[in-house]
Amino acid sequence: MIPLDQVLVFSGILFALGVYGVLTRRNAIAILMSVELMLTAVNTNFIAFGVFHRPSLAVGLVFAVFVITVAAAEVGLALAIILRIYRQRTTANVDEVDILKW
Amino acid sequence: MSTVRFGPELALLVAAGLVVLVDLAYPRRMVSLALGLLGVAAAAVWTLALGFGGGRGSAFQGTLLVDNFSLFFAVLVLAVTGAVLLASWDSLRAMGGREAEYVALMLVAATGALLLAGVNDLIAIFIALELTSVPQYILAAFSRTNRSSEAGLKYLLYGAISSAVLLYGMAFLYGATGTTSLPGIAHALSAHDGRTAAAVVGMVFVAAGFGFKMAIVPFQMWVPDVYQGAPTPVSAYLSVGSKAAGFAVALRVFLTALRVDGLATDWANMFAVLAVASMTIGNVGALWQRDIKRLLGYSSIAQAGNLLVGLAAATATRGDVLGASGVLFFVAAYAFTNLGAFIAVIALSHRLGSDEIDAYAGAWRRSPLLAVVLAFCLVSLTGIPPTAGFWAKLYIFNAAVRGGMVWLAVIGVLNSVISAAYYLGVVGVMFMRPPAEERRISLSPVVGLPLIVAAVGTLAFGLVPGPLIAAAEHAAAVFAH
Repeated sequence: MIPLDQVLVFSGILFALGVYGVLTRRNAIAILMSVELMLTAVNTNFIAFGVFHRPSLAVGLVFAVFVITVAAAEVGLALAIILRIYRQRTTANVDEVDILKW
Repeated sequence: MSTVRFGPELALLVAAGLVVLVDLAYPRRMVSLALGLLGVAAAAVWTLALGFGGGRGSAFQGTLLVDNFSLFFAVLVLAVTGAVLLASWDSLRAMGGREAEYVALMLVAATGALLLAGVNDLIAIFIALELTSVPQYILAAFSRTNRSSEAGLKYLLYGAISSAVLLYGMAFLYGATGTTSLPGIAHALSAHDGRTAAAVVGMVFVAAGFGFKMAIVPFQMWVPDVYQGAPTPVSAYLSVGSKAAGFAVALRVFLTALRVDGLATDWANMFAVLAVASMTIGNVGALWQRDIKRLLGYSSIAQAGNLLVGLAAATATRGDVLGASGVLFFVAAYAFTNLGAFIAVIALSHRLGSDEIDAYAGAWRRSPLLAVVLAFCLVSLTGIPPTAGFWAKLYIFNAAVRGGMVWLAVIGVLNSVISAAYYLGVVGVMFMRPPAEERRISLSPVVGLPLIVAAVGTLAFGLVPGPLIAAAEHAAAVFAH
C-alpha cells in the first residue's frame, strides 16, 4: 500500500499546479480546467484520508462523490456563461472581459 | 421530527417549484412574486413556530441543528429575502418573461443560506454553501447585458476557486480528526494537542474559503465588480443575505470545531489582521468611486472588516461570547441599514437611468423621501448616532477592547472617520448640489414598503437597541462553554 504522506505530497503538487494555472491562464475555460485540477487534488486527499482512517465508514469517499457532483453542476453553469460572453464579445479571455474595473 | 425541523427549508423549496410550475399556466409578474413571498412567509411562520414551540434540537442524526443561533439567522435571512423580492418589483419588468426563474432562484439561494446557519457537518456545509452560491451566480448574470454577464463570470470563477480552496482545507480537517461532524472535530482536536500541522493547514484554507462568502480581504476582488454589474436587487441580496450566511457558518465552524487552545489564538490573530486589511482597503478603495453600486461594494468590504473584529474577539476569553454576539448584532443592524441604502439606490437609479453618483445631484428636491432614507442609512453605515449602525460599531469595538485588542478598536474607529468622507460625500451631492432637472421621481408602493421598514428599523434600533442586543446575546450563548 502507498504510504499516506506520499499521497499527500502528490495531491499537494496537483493542487499547486491548479493554483498556478488559475493565476497564469487567461482563457476562462483553461481557468476552469485548473480549478478541476485543484478539485482532483481535494478528492485524492479525501480518498487517501478515508482509507487511512476507517475504510469501513467510507466518509471520505462519500465526500469525494459529493465534490464531483457539485463540480459538474458548477462547470455546466460556467460554460453557459462563458458561451454567452463569447457571443457578446467574441472572446473568452478574462483579461479582455474588463468593462468593470477599479 | 427531522422533517419538521427541516420545515422552513422545505417550504422555500416547495415554493420555488410552485413558482416555476404556475408560471407555465399564468405567466404574470404579480403571481410569481406573490407565490415567492408566500413561500418566504410560510418559512418564517414555521421558523417562529419552531422557536416558540420548543422545536429546538437536531435533525438527520445531528447534521442539521435548530438552536437559538440558527433561528436568529433564519429570521434574518427570510426577512432579507422578502425585502429583496419586494424591491425587485420594478427590475422584474425588465427581465422579459423570466420573472418566475428569478423568484425561484432567489428562493433556492435563501434555502442554502438558511441551511448554512444550521448545518453541523463539513459535507453538509459544503452542499449548503453551493446551494446558496450557484443560484447567485445565475442571478448575477441574469440581465443579459454585457456588464451582467461579466459580473456572473467573475463571481463564478472566484467562487469556484474559493470552494476548491475550502474543500482542500476540509480534507485536512477530516484527515486530522477522522470525522466530518463539527463537535466530533472539536472532540478529536482537544483529545490530544490540537495544533497539528494538518489542523493548522485545514483551518487556514477553510478560513480562506469562507472569506470569499464574507467578502473580506484578500478575497474581495470580485465584490465591487459583481455589485456593479449584477442587477441591483441581486447586489442587495449578496451584500446582506449572502454575507450574513457566510458569517453564520464561519462562526459555527470556528467556535464549535476549532476552538481549541493554541489553534484558537492562531485564528483570532489571523482574523484581527484580516479585519484591519479589510477595513482599510475597503474604505480607501471607496474614496474615489463615481458609481454608487461600486461604492457600496467597497463599503461592504469595509463593513465585513468591522464584523471580523467581532470574530477575532470571539475567542479572546474563554466562556465569553461578547465577540460572537457582537457579530450577530452587527449583522442584523447592517441588514436593515444596507438594505435601506440599496433599496433607495434601486428606486433612484431605476428612474434616473444611471448609477453615477453625479446623477444623484439634487435628489433631495426630486424625491425627498428617497434622499432622506438614503442619507440616513449612509449615516448609519458611518456609525453616527442615533442609528443602529452606531450601536453595532460601539458594541463590536467594545468586544475587541474587552478581549484585550485595544489596537484593533482604535484602527476600527480611525477607519470609521475615513468612511465618513465618502458616505457623507454622497449625502452632500444629494442635498447641496442643484438637480439637473426638476421632474419628481416617483416610487412604487411595492418598493416603498421594504424601504420604509428598513429605515424605520435602522432608526428604531438606533433609539432602542436593547431588544436586538438581547436577542443576539441569547443566540450567541449557544457557543458558551
